[in-house]
Amino acid sequence: MDNAAAIGTTAAHGHAHEHAHHELGFWRKYVFSLDHKVIGIQYTLTGLLFLFFGFVLMMIMRWQLAYPMSPVPIIGGLLGTANAPGGIMLPEFYNQLGAMHGTIMVFLGVVPLAVGGFGNFVMPLQIGAPDMAFPKLNMMSYWVYFVGGVTMLASFFVTGGAANSGWTSYAPLAVTALGNGQTMWLIGMVFLITSSLLGSVNFIVTIVQLRAPGLTWMRLPFFVWAQLVTAFLLLLAFPPLEAAGVLQLMDRVAGTSFFMPSGLVVGGERLEISGGGNPLLWQHLFWFLAHPEVYVLILPALGIVGEIIANNTRKPLWGYRALVYSVIFLGFMSFIVWAHHMFMTGMGTTISAFFQTTTMIISIPSVVILTALLLSLWGGSIRFSTPMHFALAFLPMFGIGGLTGLPLGLAPTDIHLHDTYYVIGHFHYVVAPGTIFALFAGIYYWFPKATGRMMNDLLGRIHFWGSFICINIVFMPMFIQGLGGMNRRLYDGGAQYAHNAELLHWNVVIGMAAWTLALFQLPFIYNFFTSIRNGKPADRNPWDATTLEWTAPSPPGHGNFETTPVVYRGAYEYSMPGAPKDFTPQTEPERR
Amino acid sequence: MDMNIPYTAEARPDTGLTNGKLGIWLFLASEVMLFGALFSTYLILRVGSPVWPHGTLNVPLGTINTVLLISSSVTMVLAWAALKMNQFSRHRTYLIATVVLALLFLVNKFFEYREHLAHGTPPSASTFDAIYFTLTGLHGLHILGGVIVMVYFLGPGAALWRKNPEQFANRIEYTGLYWHFVDLVWIFLFPVLYLL
Repeated sequence: MDNAAAIGTTAAHGHAHEHAHHELGFWRKYVFSLDHKVIGIQYTLTGLLFLFFGFVLMMIMRWQLAYPMSPVPIIGGLLGTANAPGGIMLPEFYNQLGAMHGTIMVFLGVVPLAVGGFGNFVMPLQIGAPDMAFPKLNMMSYWVYFVGGVTMLASFFVTGGAANSGWTSYAPLAVTALGNGQTMWLIGMVFLITSSLLGSVNFIVTIVQLRAPGLTWMRLPFFVWAQLVTAFLLLLAFPPLEAAGVLQLMDRVAGTSFFMPSGLVVGGERLEISGGGNPLLWQHLFWFLAHPEVYVLILPALGIVGEIIANNTRKPLWGYRALVYSVIFLGFMSFIVWAHHMFMTGMGTTISAFFQTTTMIISIPSVVILTALLLSLWGGSIRFSTPMHFALAFLPMFGIGGLTGLPLGLAPTDIHLHDTYYVIGHFHYVVAPGTIFALFAGIYYWFPKATGRMMNDLLGRIHFWGSFICINIVFMPMFIQGLGGMNRRLYDGGAQYAHNAELLHWNVVIGMAAWTLALFQLPFIYNFFTSIRNGKPADRNPWDATTLEWTAPSPPGHGNFETTPVVYRGAYEYSMPGAPKDFTPQTEPERR
Repeated sequence: MDMNIPYTAEARPDTGLTNGKLGIWLFLASEVMLFGALFSTYLILRVGSPVWPHGTLNVPLGTINTVLLISSSVTMVLAWAALKMNQFSRHRTYLIATVVLALLFLVNKFFEYREHLAHGTPPSASTFDAIYFTLTGLHGLHILGGVIVMVYFLGPGAALWRKNPEQFANRIEYTGLYWHFVDLVWIFLFPVLYLL
């Protein structure tokens, strides 16, 4: 048996593959593997590492905000005298941390985890495929992503440090930024975008072509639908950012003026450039990607939560078809809302009116999805397993994140809230206690499939309750600060402004909660690594679930299934009247 | 290691597609978005510019290049058709012809670039020069990518013909689809940059 997905476990499960035995070397098995499950695990581990790294950057920033101009404890000496002389960080370094926190969390942490990790590992299993349609392309996607990640990390060590013009890299600020950090950022982004493009082609082809016999479109698990729409968003929204990245690279390296207006004066001197470019063009190209990117962050999370809610309420998902149509509609709409990030740019009220309208329209399918997931709970006998804790917490957290977005989607209120901590609170509620909680739910849920062992429940609950309480103390006060008008980008929190005087003390509260939040990740890290070897052994279907991945061995061997599964029914036939058990797997034939 | 992924050579009955064909069409869709963004950039820069240079590009050279690329698309189709008629040596002749035409295009482009730079108009000279070099440069890279793929199918990639002729013909077809797309981009680039 090519027991590739089993990290550190022996071939305790899935003996059926034994006859197809051919041993691969270490490098082909764990490093340059073509197996979607190994690639999925590689993405997951790399993504988790980047998430942690991005979180560390933020914890350092939070020290500066809570206790301005005092030396960073513990790691202050490691930051380097160029960045933080005597452990006190310089404003330039603060900006680097901010820009790289955003970039790393979005492009190197959450997306690789949600799409590269979960999509790669779970999706082919859920559709009954032996692997992805293009295994070599799959391996290449991971390694191109890896190179992009290394480029981003390396940029901290070049002259001038990492990119420091915000994760949005607005021109002309980013074009005129000194040092090589911004150039490295652009090169890194080209790698990351290329990786996502290769991956998305692979995902769509796999879902369209490799569905098991009988697995019709309306029998697909909701998670697969979410991944399909996500892949289309990546496929069609990322190329314009790739174009924009190349253009900004030309501006920086070849001295062109794509984004540089005529007569630009920087530091009291007129720049020696031809001018004639358009700074707003960068913002349009950037947000044309970056708004669909928001849905790339949230859709896989919705998919994961859907799976876990159906499994733990022991009921079919409420309104499966409505969920599917909503997710497709959401995908379409996400391409025509991007300029709601640009109300303050002076692009004109007519354009603003259009984008306000589309923004209000896109909230409809989001509300439909959230409502359907909420109604799925109605009348269910809920199993409060660790994944279900995270999935249940996702609903109100995503709800808060979504509803606080409405005032930002309307230009009149956005004028007040723009660039304040309110915005930070809003999108972090969507992606941190929203998406990242869903990702944790997914890790606890599919861990037994990947390793053949369960994660510890008690540690999982400690991880959940600690994280849930702390993360709300981190982000809830930001709404108060933002409504009070506190600007999001100031190095000392904005001590020179009188209106901030009664808001700044929240920074200490937020800082404390953020560092405590880090402590509550320790049970997870310990649980994750010890359960690989010492967790309670799990059989094929430890959660009594219906979808196809649970009919494969845990962990599945190379090629996934002993025989190609045949599908006879929908994805969520829980507690069907007349059925012998409270779940009917998709492979169960119709009874005559 | 040789796991059999279904529908690599034969089409899936209900979708009527092989994996590769769907894959290449999706890839081309993303390419449309890439060049779409670049053409939009051209449009926005040109509309916002008080003057736009005319007649600075070498139209005869551009015309020759257009002819070269259209011819290469024809030889590409013939290379695929030859495989379908089981004439492998004819296929090689046409594929070599495609590569030669593509290389001639790039040589022409090199002379064009040299002439343009000799006039003292590097990419930084104006937004016109910037968009000219960037658009044609990225297009040139696409040509180069196509040449590399075709050379692969003339060299080590050709071994597949003996093992699985169906799949080899499919791969040449996918290469052809990509090649026609690159050709099509030039059909837009030529009037937009040289004539209008």
